[in-house]
Amino acid sequence: MHKCEVLVIGAGPAGLSAALEAARGGAKVLLVDENSKPGGQLFKQIHKFFGSHEHRAGVRGIDIGTQLLKEAEELHIEVWLDAEAVGIFNQTEVWIIRDKQTSVTVKADRVIIASGAIENSVNFPGWTLPGVMGAGAAQTMINLHRVLPGTKVLMIGSGNVGVIVSYQLLQAGADVIGVVEAAPQLGGYGVHTAKVRRAKVPFYTRHTVKKAWGKDRVEGATIVQLDDKWRPISGTEFDVDVDTICIAAGLTPLVELAFAAGCEPIYTPLLGGMVPWHDESMKTSIPSIYLAGDISGVEEASTAMEEGRMAGLSAAHSLGYISDSDYHTHFEEAQRRLDVLRAGMFGQKRRDAKAAIIGHQRG
Amino acid sequence: MKDVDIYDQPLKVTGAVSMVELHNSPCYTLPPTDRRALAAVIECVEEIPCNPCETACPTGAITIGKDITTIPVVDLAKCTGCSLCVAACPGMAIYLKKYEFVENEAYIAFPFEYLPLPKDGDTVRLVDRLGNYVCDGTVLRVVQAKRNDRTTVMHVSYPNEYYERVVSMERLSKA
Amino acid sequence: MSYRIVDHPVLGPLEESEMVTITVDGKKMQARKGEMIAAVLLASGTSYFRKTVKVHEPRGIYCGIGRCTDCTMIVNGIPNIRTCITAVEDGMVIETQIGYGEWKKGDTHA
Repeated sequence: MHKCEVLVIGAGPAGLSAALEAARGGAKVLLVDENSKPGGQLFKQIHKFFGSHEHRAGVRGIDIGTQLLKEAEELHIEVWLDAEAVGIFNQTEVWIIRDKQTSVTVKADRVIIASGAIENSVNFPGWTLPGVMGAGAAQTMINLHRVLPGTKVLMIGSGNVGVIVSYQLLQAGADVIGVVEAAPQLGGYGVHTAKVRRAKVPFYTRHTVKKAWGKDRVEGATIVQLDDKWRPISGTEFDVDVDTICIAAGLTPLVELAFAAGCEPIYTPLLGGMVPWHDESMKTSIPSIYLAGDISGVEEASTAMEEGRMAGLSAAHSLGYISDSDYHTHFEEAQRRLDVLRAGMFGQKRRDAKAAIIGHQRG
Repeated sequence: MKDVDIYDQPLKVTGAVSMVELHNSPCYTLPPTDRRALAAVIECVEEIPCNPCETACPTGAITIGKDITTIPVVDLAKCTGCSLCVAACPGMAIYLKKYEFVENEAYIAFPFEYLPLPKDGDTVRLVDRLGNYVCDGTVLRVVQAKRNDRTTVMHVSYPNEYYERVVSMERLSKA
Repeated sequence: MSYRIVDHPVLGPLEESEMVTITVDGKKMQARKGEMIAAVLLASGTSYFRKTVKVHEPRGIYCGIGRCTDCTMIVNGIPNIRTCITAVEDGMVIETQIGYGEWKKGDTHA
């Protein structure tokens, strides 16, 4: 059985940040990821991030990712790629399958789960056709693999993921023929929608896809308007010529490991549904298990990194590493940076949702 | 929806800021027609935590302040038209403008992150906030500076009767 | 129609790569070494990767990150391989999968 002090599951922005802080504190860290490359969604974010200088605002996600990996290398953190965590037993033993063939159990004093989230789907006749995919899948193809999944794209969903991926599809050389949004208002930042609109991509609020068709792949779709009770209005249908339909309808936290381990759940509709309950230090109902990033509630990469730092600090501190005063100083700095991100017309709601999770009286 | 109706619709419906919303926002400081030098124009009307424009400005012409969700404001008296903020803005929401570059021609410097790029002297099709064609412009400079981190800044002259309306250019056909 | 992004305003030009030879449904083709099978096939304009059991509906990629199993194909004789997270290797044999596949004891490529 392999032993370590802090096992971090998931090497995306949250997991990387957690591993870095725990290692800096002096703990023996093992970072595992099921993919053959680390970074999670970070290496697909080719746009410049928001926030302020302390959040690395103005730096592209891909470059922040490279920086985090460099720091992990400098700290000589042990990293297992192609390592899929498939179960947690007795709250501290993690079953991992390496290279899709070797079974390993890791005994860890603390486990930080940073497994991220998965895209939601919108189901309409024809949604199973090749060419219909998650917006994240399209982003993976264009920014990681440098392949266009199609050339005429319809985007479903106007949240930040939908509009950012629409912009990146344009940058990759595709045409985005429109963005449909079922709600009466667009969801993403105004500056993101403005970029896309300047490229003459129309936005259709109160519209959705009625159906898609095609033989071997998508060839066209019908868009329909919705009334104020979200019902399709007969007679408003119009067809579009597309070969790709991207679905950006939100994300759902990947909670299987945490729940299988026995972490208590809590329902948070704004942040993605069922998540494991956690306190302000990112600790779950199981004292040896911590969380960071989208698994604890869907937000963004910048908040994932701060939560990762807080989880890493807390896990290491709970093992006796890091003095109380150092812990409080660094933890409060991360908390402050996090609060700054959870402000304004978009962020305040997330802040309230997080406060509701943390403040929940457990039965 | 008729074209004229679309131009009145708000940001959260069309995706583009309407002129009413812009004129009501503290961020929008279109330089007066008699201003001799280029100046920054910011079109960022929502309170989001973000301040690289303030950080990038070497003369302190952009103010956001301690609460970084505050909408940025340009002090035209301090702005030298250096274009650092144009590339620094993660939202691509800033450009420089001047009403009279040469007689009857205005000047705009806007961020552009597409390929292919035009060359100096090329004629390009300029667009408004909805992406609709407004007029042709002439490329003066295509600036690709390392400190701008792959955000090209396009310097273009265009008929100044469209001074306020033009904000960007059409992507060129794929190479 | 090439779906390959040869030049990109942020990612830059596509770098040269060592090429490997793979076989797709009997046809030999060149692929960039280490690239995911799904990306190679999308780049060459492949419409679908498999067909479903009963009504033989075409399926392609959906999540793109190895979670949904929509993109599975037969690789080196082993079915149900997630092509979006499996890299090409020289000599690899890839086939469109029709219907269910069964793993036999000893199959190690998952």
